[in-house]
Amino acid sequence: MTAVKEAPASEAAPATLEFALVNEANKRRRGLLLALPAYIYLVLFFAIPLGIVVVYSFATRTRTGGTALSGWNIAAYEKLAEPIVRDILFRSLLLAAITTIICLVLAYPFSYFIATRTATVRNIMLVFVMIPFWSNFLVRNYAWRVLLGNDGPVSRFTEGVGLGETTILFTQTAVVLGLVYGFLPFMILPMYAAIERMDWSLIEASRDLGATGVQTFRKVTFPLSRPGVIAGSILVFIPSLGAYVTPQILGGAKTTLLGSYIVTQFLTARNWPVGASVSTVLMVVMLGATLVYFRSGGRTL
Amino acid sequence: MSVGAKQLSGKTRWTLSVNALLIYVFFYAPIALLVLYSFSNDNLVGRWGGFTLDWYRDFGANDEVQGALSVSVRVAIVSTLVSVILGTMAALALERYRFRGNRFFDALLYLPVIVPDVTMAVMMLLFFTQGLNLLDSLFGIRLSKGIATVTLSHIAFSISFVSIVVRARLSGMNQTLEEAAQDLYATRFQAFRHVTLPLILPGVVGGALLALTLSLDDVVITQFVAGPGSTTLPVYVFGLIRKGVSPLINAVSVVMLAASILLVLLSLVAQRARGGSEF
Repeated sequence: MTAVKEAPASEAAPATLEFALVNEANKRRRGLLLALPAYIYLVLFFAIPLGIVVVYSFATRTRTGGTALSGWNIAAYEKLAEPIVRDILFRSLLLAAITTIICLVLAYPFSYFIATRTATVRNIMLVFVMIPFWSNFLVRNYAWRVLLGNDGPVSRFTEGVGLGETTILFTQTAVVLGLVYGFLPFMILPMYAAIERMDWSLIEASRDLGATGVQTFRKVTFPLSRPGVIAGSILVFIPSLGAYVTPQILGGAKTTLLGSYIVTQFLTARNWPVGASVSTVLMVVMLGATLVYFRSGGRTL
Repeated sequence: MSVGAKQLSGKTRWTLSVNALLIYVFFYAPIALLVLYSFSNDNLVGRWGGFTLDWYRDFGANDEVQGALSVSVRVAIVSTLVSVILGTMAALALERYRFRGNRFFDALLYLPVIVPDVTMAVMMLLFFTQGLNLLDSLFGIRLSKGIATVTLSHIAFSISFVSIVVRARLSGMNQTLEEAAQDLYATRFQAFRHVTLPLILPGVVGGALLALTLSLDDVVITQFVAGPGSTTLPVYVFGLIRKGVSPLINAVSVVMLAASILLVLLSLVAQRARGGSEF
């Protein structure tokens, strides 16, 4: 009896294993098939274009403003060291950094406040951050153009209180204002998520053990919220560095930033290799920042 | 979670409330004034000159604006449909299966979110210029940039956003229901149709609304890949703004703003149905 009983069991074991392996292979094939359409699409319409930009950055500009895909050289990268381009690069970095710092300072206490509200209040407050987050960026920048204009309400107000006409439109100040206005929600949302997720009992413990408010903030609260600070900073810094729409609408002739410079190289100056090299550098900076973000423990964008 | 640490002292609480209030004023005052001025009967854009609907009538009567609006809507609908299908499939593949090259695919799927739009615009411009030249020289097919290149570019960035939203939904989801359906002899398609799809639907709807918003808002990439006759509304408005402000732009802006806000509210309803997520 025992022999009869055992026989099917010992036969069944390898069969199950084989079945599992076939099943596993099937699953892999099915996964690939599901991914394939998007995979092909992104290789064709994203990876290849990305490669073309890198290739163009080593190409030669012809006298007529065309691009010759031959005589490979790094002239376009050498141009980045020229004073004009270098100034634009530094100005972009500076304005992006200032924008990020202002957003950080405004968003931190705000996110902290939201995180300490009751669930209902918190949700309502978040909805009113989501609305500008999703609203048309161009339109939101345009609103400032109207407000800051010569005869706009801001100017009339400052004249009314005796400060004279406001003249910040078409300056770097206006560009930073537009960038902060545009990207502040990008700072608030990840920061709120990080602060909300904190282990609040640690903060309580710190206070119970006699730490002052400032000490608790420096040694406990801030380190705990750091993932949100880093995520938010990257989400603000990256688009600010590549900003094109804001300087076009609110900036002037002296506020050319990297984004505008790239566009000019393609649409008016017709120096595609230089435009491509600046784009490549921008892309490398972004990838570096993203890696920093993922290393620092961030998971989602 | 401890409640004690979340209690703010009176002074801190007061300072933080004022700060929050000021931030909301900063967010909404410019938008509110723009809406107000769009009804103002004055040729200067930032001044109140009595109520009028003239600028909205101009908006309705302006053929260029209407043409651009129709291009925008068509591009948005097609690119959303395609990117929702491809993005959802990609999300399912990455969350449910391991396959050859899945890590590379994962990275490739993240890139369009990270790359700044100016860079993406340059990429698409060079790609389509090269590609269309190649088609001409190899097969003698003469095509030019137009509504198709705009749509293809929008799909390229929307797939990633859709898949992120759908993946967020899938990763928080219990797989037991799908397994139960298959154990009960549902075919794979039946299990997907009757179990998985209803469960991920809020994520799919959220992704679709995000794709619609991104497509309707994009200026930079579209400007690079649009040809004559395929100008979208934001690109048209951007061109107008660069020439100067006008009451007509105010009215068009408010319409675009209203559309964005409608889409946010819809997505919040979808989010409520999926019980909260990061987007």
